Amino acid sequence: METLAPEGRGAADVTGTRPETIRLQPTRGFSRVLAPKELWRYRDLAAQIALRDITVRYRQTALGGAWAVLQPIGFMVVFSLFFGRLAGVTSNGLPYALFSLAALVPWTFFANALLLGSDSLVANSALVSKIYFPRIFMPAGILVAGCVDLMISLVILMAIVLIYGFTPTLAFLSLPLLIAIAAAAALGTSSALSAINVRFRDVRYVIPFAIQMWLFATPVVYPSSLLDEPWRTLSAINPMVGVVEGFRWATLGSGEAPWDLIAISAASACVLLVAGLAYFDRVERRFADFV
Amino acid sequence: MSDVAIESHGLGKRYQLGLHRRGYGTLREAIAEAARRAAGRQPHHDDDAYDGPDLLWALRDLSMTIRSGEVVGLIGHNGAGKSTLLKVLSRITEPSEGHADITGRIGSLLEVGTGFHPELTGRENIFLNGSILGMRRAEIRARFDEIVEFAEIERFLDTPVKRYSSGMSVRLAFAVAAHLEPEILLVDEVLAVGDAAFQRKSLGKMTEVASEGRTVVFVSHNLAIIQALCERGILLEQGQAQADGPIKETIDQYLGTLERASGQDLLERTDRDRRGYFETWIRAVGLRDASGGPPDVIISGHPAKITVELTEEVPSLECQLTIADSLGQAVTTLDSEISAPVDARDPEVGPCVECEISSLPLLPGRYRIDVLVKAKRHIQDGLQGAAFFEVQPGVMNGRPVPPAGAEGSVIVPHAWRLPA
Repeated sequence: METLAPEGRGAADVTGTRPETIRLQPTRGFSRVLAPKELWRYRDLAAQIALRDITVRYRQTALGGAWAVLQPIGFMVVFSLFFGRLAGVTSNGLPYALFSLAALVPWTFFANALLLGSDSLVANSALVSKIYFPRIFMPAGILVAGCVDLMISLVILMAIVLIYGFTPTLAFLSLPLLIAIAAAAALGTSSALSAINVRFRDVRYVIPFAIQMWLFATPVVYPSSLLDEPWRTLSAINPMVGVVEGFRWATLGSGEAPWDLIAISAASACVLLVAGLAYFDRVERRFADFV
Repeated sequence: MSDVAIESHGLGKRYQLGLHRRGYGTLREAIAEAARRAAGRQPHHDDDAYDGPDLLWALRDLSMTIRSGEVVGLIGHNGAGKSTLLKVLSRITEPSEGHADITGRIGSLLEVGTGFHPELTGRENIFLNGSILGMRRAEIRARFDEIVEFAEIERFLDTPVKRYSSGMSVRLAFAVAAHLEPEILLVDEVLAVGDAAFQRKSLGKMTEVASEGRTVVFVSHNLAIIQALCERGILLEQGQAQADGPIKETIDQYLGTLERASGQDLLERTDRDRRGYFETWIRAVGLRDASGGPPDVIISGHPAKITVELTEEVPSLECQLTIADSLGQAVTTLDSEISAPVDARDPEVGPCVECEISSLPLLPGRYRIDVLVKAKRHIQDGLQGAAFFEVQPGVMNGRPVPPAGAEGSVIVPHAWRLPA
């Protein structure tokens, strides 16, 4: 349990000549994750952990970074074949391959962040039980490493979009917002799950299954327009609904802007993020005793 | 600004026993418990407020002040709370009560090589490990060459650490750690790694660190190293400070507690680290002179016999004896599991193990015997400081022991050939 209640008397920065006094004591409530000063103090470590997660991800794999692309492309092929061709799921008049790939790119980012992030504390238990650092760096590092993959697959997606003869519109500029929503939802969920995983390893077995379920609860293989109102709008409580529909609109530049879905999903992602971090913060001080 | 580095008041750390039930339990149990609580049938006991018999206070009511620049050794039996104290001070775990104020940047060396990633190269790991230990990137870059040189791994800098020999990775890990420059350094048993030459080098580095005016809190079972490095000692017993003063006095007091304990009936000893299956217990341990003279006078070079009496006869019994000098440095280990034709299993011997030493190769001084009894692949009983004995000067191979100016604690039977 890392407590940090910085005291007033040594307010100088750690790099300053007057060292700061830190008081270690039992804490209550939420005080660690949401302590920007503490996170800033350990910024170099945060960068190193993210760098490690990026470097290690595809070490000793023959295809390396190509895996970032192969996963969504593979799903795209399978989905196009079964849902697009055989089942004849509607794709709002778009080529089904593009329709699904535009959704699979943000989905893969989200799913991987969830899968790896929820295991991050347990996988680094040697560190957690031996060294102090803000624990949130573990799921957050996974997320940052995932952003690199996302950028690679986004480039491929845009290349395919251009090959199909679509021209990106100004809607493309909304991508950072959509990525931020996905990242907030992923960090909120994965930090909470990683914390639960410290005590209950059940999480490991639940996650892969839950991700599959979540995939079908998100309009990846089907358009959300299949749902009747008000269900279509309500479904955006799942933050990935707004992200996925938003991605289609932003990258293919077709259809109307699903701002209603994006707004609801953004709000829902914020709630997830705050709730996830708050829970993480509450149990963080006892990780070392359990892991 | 005062020059106090660490100040604690009533510091305590409590662990809940039976962690595997509450801590490692399954989700199902947790949900069931939550449901019971919701039904109001069981009062909600928050781990922090709960006070029951299955609690262990690893640290309790510890108040101390360490001034900056002091080099303090923590000593005590296993389970006395030394490592817990370091964990609390290094913020790995939070205290359960009281508080500690830390002034200055703190670096901890609780286990060498923590945070090494096997897939990363030596170079990448230096940066990762350095920042894990609290170094700034710029600092690591500034000391990079020094670290590489100290670790002696220049040629393997760009090889993944997983291809390193264990010696190499330990050297690299220690090198990174040794070049930390925190104002307060917490060190736990890190010198017991690497080969002898590297250990000497590490010890030299620690001495250097200690003399640079940094605050160091040091935990080791090796009292000789503690005595050499530290000026002040704190003796912990059952989570509380039993003594605090000049290192020599604290060590003497610690050894005193060991000897007082050995005066007790061994069956009544309840040391924290006494663990085992206890199908048989150690009843008595003793070393006797076996030369035919008075058995209580132990003389260097004489035949001697160590006897371990047990409560029960257990099949396939094995026994391990460690003889340690007055500072707790192990001198030698005798292990029956490593058998030789001279060994025998004797049905007549009863619940008792005997170890015969043809010529006691110890210099005069005080020694202690640690005993570990095993059977059926399990540790049955183990006692540190099960017996103490004093070796008197004697003769070995016709040569007087001790030779003038003898160092160390062992005398080896030998013969010279010199030019006439």
